[in-house]
Amino acid sequence: MDVVLFLVFAIIAVVAAINVVVQTHPISSAVSLIGVMGSLAVLYLLLGAEFIAAAQVIVYAGAVMVLFIFVIMLLNAGAEIKRGRSIMVQLLGVPLLIAFLGLVAYFVERLFPKGVSVHFGEFTGPGDHALHGFGSAQAVGRALFTTYLLPFEVTSLLILIAILGAIVLARKELD
Amino acid sequence: MTEVPISWFLTLSAVLFALGVAGFLFRRSIITVFMSIELMLNAVNLSFVTFSYQLRQVNGHLFTFFVMVVAAAEAAVGLAIILTVFKNRSTLNIDDVDTMKD
Repeated sequence: MDVVLFLVFAIIAVVAAINVVVQTHPISSAVSLIGVMGSLAVLYLLLGAEFIAAAQVIVYAGAVMVLFIFVIMLLNAGAEIKRGRSIMVQLLGVPLLIAFLGLVAYFVERLFPKGVSVHFGEFTGPGDHALHGFGSAQAVGRALFTTYLLPFEVTSLLILIAILGAIVLARKELD
Repeated sequence: MTEVPISWFLTLSAVLFALGVAGFLFRRSIITVFMSIELMLNAVNLSFVTFSYQLRQVNGHLFTFFVMVVAAAEAAVGLAIILTVFKNRSTLNIDDVDTMKD
């Protein structure tokens, strides 16, 4: 069951990611990227990260991608003009990418033995073991407001600066 | 077999990151290059959450949270820069934005 769930959403994520790279129109790329982010949210749930899955859907698939699509529509961005690439790139690019990823998969497989595996709902089932509620909003919130309080406060400053920067950059010139 | 090996998640993360790098290098539209960066950030987030699961530590989730916040701020500022570039040059092709080369 978990394997099926993983394979379905991993394949959706990879196909959508390939679509992000090969589509010529920015809107198609943006919609495919929303697909990647949605399936990644399901994989986070599989890993027991409830809070991160919710934040992924709200912040990435919701806020960031809406911003992207808004800018694409505002600038009326059309399809990209294809440039002729060298023969070497066209012939070798995809095989080399596949070879590289095969090597990465091989070494990751070697480094992480079969014993370590993921199964869904490990932290939410009955019983009160020490890891109950791992990854829930409560556990993440407790760590966020105790151990990581200073980074959290600095984050608010970062967002304030980003808002000011965006306004300064995007407003009309004051001549 | 009902359990997924942890290496599959890491391999998926590597695949998504490599596709992000490919998009970053080969695409010519500023907006798509920017989306490829978001794809790479997402791939790294998947690695963080996977290691967090393996080590049974909540710290990885916190790092993912901070990466999301920084990515949101970066998207706001980056898209404002794209708007400014388009206003000044009327193009979204990165090959035409080459003042620093001359």
